[in-house]
Amino acid sequence: MSATMLEIEGLNAYYGRAHILQGVGFSMDRGEVLALMGRNGAGKSTTMKAVMGLVAPQSGRVVFDGQPIAGREPFEIARLGLGYVPEDRRVFSELSVMENLAVGRRPRRDNVPYWTPERLFELFPNLGRMRDRPGGAMSGGEQQMLTIARTLMGNPSLVLLDEPSEGLAPVIVEDMAKTILALKSEGLSVLISEQNLHFAGSVADRATIIEKGLIRFTGTMAELKANDAVRSQYLSV
Amino acid sequence: MIDLIFAQTLNGLASASSLFLVACGLSIIFGVTRIVNFAHGSFYMLGAYLAFTLVSYFGGSEALGFWGGVVLAALIVAAIGALVEITVLRRIYQAPELFQLLATFGLVLMVQDIALAIWGAEDKLGPRAPGFKSFVVLMGSRFPTYELFLIVVGPIMLALLWFLFQKTRWGTLVRAATQDREMVGALGVNQRLLFTSVFAFGAGLAGLGGALQLPREAVNLHMDLSMIAEAFVVVVVGGLGSVTGAYLAAVLIGVIHAFGILIFPKITLVLVFLVMAVVLMVKPYGLMGRRPVGSAHAHGPVEPLLLPASPAAKGLGLLALALLLVAPFIVADHWLLTLTELSIFALFAASLHLMMGPGGMASFGHAAYFGLGAYGAALAVKWLALPMLPALAFAPFLAGIAGFVFGWFCVRLSGVYLAMLTLAFAQIAWATAFQWVDLTGGDNGILGVWPAAWANSKLVFYYLTLVICVAFVLLLRVFVFAPFGYALRAGRDSPLRAEAIGLPVMRIQWLAFIIAAFAAGIAGSLFAFFKGSVFPTYMAIPRSVDALLMVLLGGVQTVSGPIVGAFAFMGLQEQLAKATMYWRFVLGASIVLLVILFPRGLVGTTLALAERRREDGGAAPAATPEPAR
Repeated sequence: MSATMLEIEGLNAYYGRAHILQGVGFSMDRGEVLALMGRNGAGKSTTMKAVMGLVAPQSGRVVFDGQPIAGREPFEIARLGLGYVPEDRRVFSELSVMENLAVGRRPRRDNVPYWTPERLFELFPNLGRMRDRPGGAMSGGEQQMLTIARTLMGNPSLVLLDEPSEGLAPVIVEDMAKTILALKSEGLSVLISEQNLHFAGSVADRATIIEKGLIRFTGTMAELKANDAVRSQYLSV
Repeated sequence: MIDLIFAQTLNGLASASSLFLVACGLSIIFGVTRIVNFAHGSFYMLGAYLAFTLVSYFGGSEALGFWGGVVLAALIVAAIGALVEITVLRRIYQAPELFQLLATFGLVLMVQDIALAIWGAEDKLGPRAPGFKSFVVLMGSRFPTYELFLIVVGPIMLALLWFLFQKTRWGTLVRAATQDREMVGALGVNQRLLFTSVFAFGAGLAGLGGALQLPREAVNLHMDLSMIAEAFVVVVVGGLGSVTGAYLAAVLIGVIHAFGILIFPKITLVLVFLVMAVVLMVKPYGLMGRRPVGSAHAHGPVEPLLLPASPAAKGLGLLALALLLVAPFIVADHWLLTLTELSIFALFAASLHLMMGPGGMASFGHAAYFGLGAYGAALAVKWLALPMLPALAFAPFLAGIAGFVFGWFCVRLSGVYLAMLTLAFAQIAWATAFQWVDLTGGDNGILGVWPAAWANSKLVFYYLTLVICVAFVLLLRVFVFAPFGYALRAGRDSPLRAEAIGLPVMRIQWLAFIIAAFAAGIAGSLFAFFKGSVFPTYMAIPRSVDALLMVLLGGVQTVSGPIVGAFAFMGLQEQLAKATMYWRFVLGASIVLLVILFPRGLVGTTLALAERRREDGGAAPAATPEPAR
């Protein structure tokens, strides 16, 4: 088990001819919560999709838990223990809560927390009260919790959370922060993409900032909070 | 009377079971893979043939021999399905959906010749099922027990499928993948395995449907296309992706068939159509269907831009035209016939292209309008005693009127639903020509549709055809680059935004539909005089597919593509038919290969290569839209 959970180097990716990632590189340690920050269109979601294999990277290295994964298929990457929670939630709206969880189920793996629906309902009590409800008949916040729970059913060691606070009511955002900290206390590593500095500051250990497909800053949350220049250049709207 | 109604209802229910199995497989495969599997009727046919062979081999009088043969036939068809998925479909999931369709039609052609080679052209009669050889008397009429058995098979299969999809992990994964297959992959599910298993399962259902027909009807080489057309109707009426809907629709269609034969034996298919029309007007996505997620252009690259021809392309076009004009003085006489036919088909393909390319409406039944044009000319000659030119002027209106009526229904739908509906309409037109013997002569067709005396020579008729076809092809081109064409493309690319800027999208599509039908009618009327006779086959599925092939071979999003495609396709077909008895197999295999190698059509791929060479971007690895001409 290496101490480095994820290492990305020189990652390039395109949508058609648009050069979205222009050599992204950063790394994160085991057990860490890292915030990938930047404005809309900076390349946060594409970075996550490229790591997950959903966007084929043109070049670059992605090493997850000691294994190179660039160019492999999403399902293989998921089976290695990388969990992905997309920003647009993508719950299976015609499947019930229990069925949504069943789709995400993978066998138990060594050295990572093992999740069952009952354990997840302790973390997300709301979901436990609507086991047979179709995903399409849930509120946005409930759907967000369900997608996280669904991904956890795969027993990941690293979770990619794409804009988890987007479009949620403030009280739900607080729940989300508690959830992320709970995952961290379970020993999971979490990479969240985020625009909201306040939310990122409440959960993340470190931040890395992406702008126009390149990493512009990496440091602890405290360092970012102290650096007005970086914040105003890359984060303020 | 009551007993008759009862007997016909039972008949309908019995025929519904196989229809349900085939339609259900089609629906499940489409749900997960988004492929409209034209070859599904072929799996049904293979199931019937394999059951015939296996049952004969094991001994059909023994229960084990018969039922073992039926089940084994279904399993073998499932294995064939898996093989097809792995070798062909897996390579084209990213291709535009029409090309996928084309590839599955290539498979239809291949299977037809394989079946011909193995089982021969004669019909095969299977044994009756052991244990179900007798009949029972119900309400005064004799009823074969095998029919009763089939009636029970339907609901039992429905229950088994319900259990499979609702209560097993595989079923849950299939339902999830129907909604969002990428997400299922990101959750660690091996999509390839899932797709292969779904395809094999669907194929197996079709194979079982075919095998169960063995005691009921003779196995023949036409089972594939007649079944696929009915299965499409069932799927559209029931709602894509709904197993229960497929059962309800199969029962509905089966019972209507049974009663139709009793009451109006000549217009059974028209009855089926009327029911479908009523259902789709009330519920556009079928009895149990839901509005499809995402747009019709859910995958594949953005449509490339159509641009007016460059001077070089114009020069090339003029050169080709000049060659066609002087051709009679250069080539041998019999080539004139080929060139006449090619000109007609170029217009036919161009008319379909207006709908498919700028219109974004794929028609699986364009031959209906070609055939109606041909019948229009023939009927005008035979019943109105019109000379050639008035008949040529009259005929396209018959096609245009059909386009007016059918189009009204079709433009209310989009994507696969629209395509299936066009196919169903074409089958109705075909059935009308086939069944209305008093007017059309049925299968014997109408003979003696000869050109006027002045146009009777090969040379004059060639020039007449060339002038008319070139004029209308150019006119269609003018439409594409007129404001009408822009509006049509706007409606295709973004119906909502087009509506928001005040374009009546549906009416524009309807107009395009009518124009395309009219132009196809012109081609058909010329074809009638060219051949001197008309037959129902002019409107049959293979002719519709010919048109699709021409357009897709050339490239949908190019204006010159359909013409190049028409020449390439007709030339290829003619040479193959001369070279080998199994030309269908060779043609089908070439189509499959072409789709895998040139997913954008001949002209489309050439243009894309030229574009790449010119720009030499080097940076862009992925396929991006390039302007097409």
